Amino acid sequence: MPSQPINILLADDDENDRMLFKEAFEELKIKTIVFTVNNGTQLMDYLKAKNTILPDILFLDLNMPRKNGLECLKEIRANKKLKNISIAIYSTSASENDIVETFCLGANVYINKPSDFASLKEVLSKTVITAHQFQDTPFNKENFLLRI
Amino acid sequence: MKVYIKYDLNAVCKKILQEQLEKLKLKYALLDFNEVEIYGVLSATKLKQLNTALNNYSIQIVESSKSILIQKIKDEIREMVYNEGETTRLKTSLWLGAKFKKPYKYLSSIFTEVTFTTIEKFIILQKIERAKELIIANVLNFSEIGSLLNYSSTAHFSVQFKNTTGLTPTSFQHIIKTKEHHPT
Repeated sequence: MPSQPINILLADDDENDRMLFKEAFEELKIKTIVFTVNNGTQLMDYLKAKNTILPDILFLDLNMPRKNGLECLKEIRANKKLKNISIAIYSTSASENDIVETFCLGANVYINKPSDFASLKEVLSKTVITAHQFQDTPFNKENFLLRI
Repeated sequence: MKVYIKYDLNAVCKKILQEQLEKLKLKYALLDFNEVEIYGVLSATKLKQLNTALNNYSIQIVESSKSILIQKIKDEIREMVYNEGETTRLKTSLWLGAKFKKPYKYLSSIFTEVTFTTIEKFIILQKIERAKELIIANVLNFSEIGSLLNYSSTAHFSVQFKNTTGLTPTSFQHIIKTKEHHPT
């Protein structure tokens, strides 16, 4: 919704990555509220907490301690309350198998972590804008697949 | 045994609205068609909760008349993409401008303000969504899909598909097929 900020959640164990991510969103024109968590367990606790406002988009790092991204992805897709969150996988792996697997498990976007700040901004903006279109009918979220 | 029912959609919607608004303990009045007045300040949190609750019934909060205009533009575009009619060959700016009796410049600037994307990009996105559905339906091949959607060649279609989704039509098809055999 236009004047409503878009709620964004990032789960990433790398402090540096979290910082860059927040900075990138601050520099984009899109109105967003960015919240971050440090690992998979924290993420699931946060999502399941009673008063949490669910994010419109969740950026999920695959390699995290305690509970990794794939486990979180499966858990979220199996949970009735969380099922509808758009999920962007945020990963250093560019392996074709990883990509297909995560899409099959219900990810919507697969992002290879960009190496410089300018491309990070570009990638995040493309993800958010595309996801935003899929929030509205008549787009079919089942078919929302994007690889960047 | 079969039972026949009839219902009044307006009454159904009103009832749902009342129930959901009351659940959130909001003070409200149902105004005319498609309008709800909410008394006092509606926090962003509450608005979001209300929207989520209503979405379960496929009811959406469209904030302002601007949003309604955008929704109409989107509906028009969708109809154009799905009807494969002559309009697809007309210039978008002429056709939308005439349809809404407003300068295209005005329409396109409002559209971008609200959706963060341009009308042109949205049309492409919508065409690619249609292409996805056709790929999933598995009746036409890529070249037939491309020409149905007015692409000049299969290559042009594939390139635009890849630019929009990051995937080739072939890998999209592969993922969808694998997904079907993959209980999530």
